[in-house]
Amino acid sequence: MHGALILYTLIALFPVFVIVINSFKKRKSIFREPLSLPDAGSFSLVGYETVLKQGEFFSYFQNSMIVTVVSLFFILLFGAMAAFALSEYRFPGNKWMGLYLALGIMIPIRIGTVAILELMVSTGLVNTLTALILVYIAQGLPLAVFILSEFMHQVSDDLKNAARVDGLSEYTIFFRIVLPLVRPAMATVAVFNMIPIWNDLWFPLILAPAEATKTLTLGSQVFIGQYVTNWNAVLSALSMAILPVLILYVIFSRQLIRGITSGAVK
Amino acid sequence: MIALSLNGVNKYFGKTQVLKDIDISIEDGEFVVFVGPSGCGKSTLLRIIAGLEDASSGSVSIAGQDVTYEAPSKRGIAMVFQSYALYPHLNVKGNMSLALKQEKQSKDVIEQRIAKAAQMLNLESYLNRFPSELSGGQRQRVAIGRAIVREPTLFLFDEPLSNLDAALRMNTRLEIANLHKQLATTMVYVTHDQTEAMTLADKIVVLRDGVVEQTGTPMELYNDPRNQFVAGFLGAPSMNFLPASVFNATDDRTLGVRPEDLFIDEAGPISAQVNHVEQLGGDTNLIVRMDERQLTLRLFGQHHIAEDSRIRLNFANEKAYYFDANGNRA
Repeated sequence: MHGALILYTLIALFPVFVIVINSFKKRKSIFREPLSLPDAGSFSLVGYETVLKQGEFFSYFQNSMIVTVVSLFFILLFGAMAAFALSEYRFPGNKWMGLYLALGIMIPIRIGTVAILELMVSTGLVNTLTALILVYIAQGLPLAVFILSEFMHQVSDDLKNAARVDGLSEYTIFFRIVLPLVRPAMATVAVFNMIPIWNDLWFPLILAPAEATKTLTLGSQVFIGQYVTNWNAVLSALSMAILPVLILYVIFSRQLIRGITSGAVK
Repeated sequence: MIALSLNGVNKYFGKTQVLKDIDISIEDGEFVVFVGPSGCGKSTLLRIIAGLEDASSGSVSIAGQDVTYEAPSKRGIAMVFQSYALYPHLNVKGNMSLALKQEKQSKDVIEQRIAKAAQMLNLESYLNRFPSELSGGQRQRVAIGRAIVREPTLFLFDEPLSNLDAALRMNTRLEIANLHKQLATTMVYVTHDQTEAMTLADKIVVLRDGVVEQTGTPMELYNDPRNQFVAGFLGAPSMNFLPASVFNATDDRTLGVRPEDLFIDEAGPISAQVNHVEQLGGDTNLIVRMDERQLTLRLFGQHHIAEDSRIRLNFANEKAYYFDANGNRA
């Protein structure tokens, strides 16, 4: 069992490993011996220098960070609120509403790209980070609502009723009682949404390709040319792009593990 | 003074009627127990009193005020839940003070009330612990403490003992009884356990299928049950029922005799075979078979009776209850 997991881990991590080691090598060494570790002869920081000197890298980084963090914040906020309403209140059409909100999980948002682009053009949101944030919120909400409403069902009714008897408003119950209890589920949703948003190339390329709004993934593409690709720079940019996701993941992962296993182990 | 009155309360869940025209009035300071089998509507009724559930029709008034449309927190009630319902991310003190903070009470008042409740419930050394660090009995005391600090005019208990083990249940039952003596506040207590009802209540309300079957003091209900359901529900082991035709062929009523009113008598009219003997030390319960019917017999003290032996039983006629075909006393 462990052997299989370790094998899978190795297979999954291998490309990342290759990217990182090659980002520290000279161009020739990348092509001559792509799998060898950088040594005194092949070590070079030329890729990182290029990326950092290009100057726009920090702006790209900032754009990615803003888009990811703001999108995540609203996905979690709106997702949790919708999930609370669906799991807590009995109203006509409750089930249908839940199904409607979950439908988005099965329909990829990219199908609507053309319509989204037209919408953004007519609202003048093309080449703004707002456009990306709005699209990512829409993309993330279905899964967030689905996962969070399942978890909110498990928060005991007695607890919410006790809070009502104690005089807490519905908003206070939501923020002070229910949210802290579904924190593991929130972390799960955050991780599931964070990585695709951070890595996305599609929507930045279509909705916000301007220099000022480029995200990191899109920005790294400038080093990939039609005829010549600056592999040193591409690999360095990608290595640096991994870092923030890794940090955020470590922050969320303690919660995440509890989220996935909660209920299994009481 | 009337502490709580329910007037013509009906409750429907969809098309199912779970409460039918409930009229109850409770005097100030009374300890009232709603008892009935599961699904009889007793918890729903309590939730309607608390305001957690709306009545489909009828009205609720607490201390003379019509509160039918008031929010739970405005009704002057405090509630103790079966699952304790402690806030898991707050410590004991935080749990007890939340409602007071919500009412914008001053810090001094909060401190003082918590100290008083903690002392009453022996929780002083646990104030900084979290619910997960407490035992079941301690959690239940915190839940009660959370209710006490609010100084409500009406306490509501929703099966507060059913998650505790037998020994703890008895202790907590005593604590609740003492609490009622100390606070002299009106309490409404829901349970399916007739022992809790008998031991705690000033007044018992027996419910079945959303209807009040009978209301009265424990001994009134025990000695003078209005119908076969109440007779069978109260008392443990429960009352024996036999067709009266066994003794008198023309009698179509049902005869009820409590296990303690049956006794062994060589000349008795009932012949039965001993099926099982339960030795409890203080009491001995005999489960006997009379033809196809099972009867229970409760003897005081220790008796050594061989299983499968045949015995004859008798009972005093004035201890017998008769019920007609609809289950009413006849």
